[in-house]
Amino acid sequence: MPESLSAWELIASGDATLFAIVRLSLVVSLSAVAIAGLIGLPLGAVLALTRFPGRTALVVTLNGFMGLPPVVVGLTVYLLLSRSGPLGELGLLFTPIAMIIAQSLLVLPIVAALTRQTIEDLWSEYRDELTAMGVGPSGRVATLLWDGRFSLITAMLAGFGRAAAEVGTVMIVGGNIEGFTRTMTTAIALETSKGNLPLAMGLGLVLISLILVINAAAWGVRVWSEQRAG
Amino acid sequence: MMRALLSDLPLVFDRVSLRAGGTTMLNRVSLTIRPGAPTLVVGPNGSGKTSLLRLCMGLDAPSEGTVSWGGRTQSRQTRRAILFQEPMMLRRSVAANIAYGLAQAGYPRNRRAARTEELLDRVGLLELADRPARRLSGGEQQRVAIARALAREPEILLLDEPTASLDPAATRHFEAIVLAAAQSGTKVVMASHDLGQVRRLAGDVVFMVRGCVCEQASAGDFFEHPTTPEAAAFIRGDLVL
Repeated sequence: MPESLSAWELIASGDATLFAIVRLSLVVSLSAVAIAGLIGLPLGAVLALTRFPGRTALVVTLNGFMGLPPVVVGLTVYLLLSRSGPLGELGLLFTPIAMIIAQSLLVLPIVAALTRQTIEDLWSEYRDELTAMGVGPSGRVATLLWDGRFSLITAMLAGFGRAAAEVGTVMIVGGNIEGFTRTMTTAIALETSKGNLPLAMGLGLVLISLILVINAAAWGVRVWSEQRAG
Repeated sequence: MMRALLSDLPLVFDRVSLRAGGTTMLNRVSLTIRPGAPTLVVGPNGSGKTSLLRLCMGLDAPSEGTVSWGGRTQSRQTRRAILFQEPMMLRRSVAANIAYGLAQAGYPRNRRAARTEELLDRVGLLELADRPARRLSGGEQQRVAIARALAREPEILLLDEPTASLDPAATRHFEAIVLAAAQSGTKVVMASHDLGQVRRLAGDVVFMVRGCVCEQASAGDFFEHPTTPEAAAFIRGDLVL
């Protein structure tokens, strides 16, 4: 990236490096949110609907993990994927896949904990009717996830916000390799440390704009579907 | 469609008590509900009407005594349906609420749309089929709930004061649906504390006070010759506590 140019000039000129960074950021964060949703939505729902010894401790732990320090998650995944680690043979360290894995772990507690709360509230309203209709355990999970979809979109957005904004995990497991694992947040950190503040600030504004656009789109989907389904 | 071949009637309570957290909701209740005209469960608030209906449905288990359906103490709920005082509306369209009930009753997928239309027509909600169910008025929601209950083709339909918060027009509309269901062979068991409604609908009456069944009689006998002072006072319109 030519450092004499500001971020706006890079955008205006359609700079390929900048767009590669933006694209990688979105691919990593959206993939992490998708994976966290695939696991966290059913996990949160099952946790909301079941009672077992130690459940309270698990719920409290999950809520606490919403505030997991990104650098600690990054370090843990680093140790797992490093050459001498248990998964070192896969050769994933310093690849986008490693970044997706690490961010999924970061987002999973957020999605699962918010889902648990949403589904538990909904269940207290639905319990009698679903029991009377003879709806089985898997049917309950499916029904509650679908009927909680408006609140769950917000849970997913919270997870996306976390993934898109964080720098610690992707820096540690991705390595900020130019053209390969450099995301917007790691580029901002790098440009700041190099003293290229206008470019860092410009990238920051691009990142904020993208987060706003995605949130606005999700909000639009929510309003539109709520009008149709109440 | 899969239907249980065994009848759930008569529904028999044999010295049933229900307690929770130190409160006695039902106290040694014995009664028999037979096929025929609607049975109205009557009594003041807190007399145990809701508890009785929940036990009829099999949602709660008695603390003492037994509830049996057609002589069986274990009975799947497939032939029963219940309407709660505050109906739960799925966050979906009116038609989707009915289709959900059909799906849970095992109704074949390819015939659900047509059956949904029939049921909505029966309760007069055809033109609201695509509206979000939770945006409807209270009376309309109760009609969605009864259509969803009728989707199960129940042998016994349990109704817990469904018209308690409805205005007279909505109440009349709802009662017409209930009577039509009763005439087509569904056994209706309905809680009410509205004596006018009891006179309009009841074949027989179960009168409850403080968790006990005070009287069970045909509607005519109940109103003409109440055998307990509590029932006589209730019919006169005195406050029974």
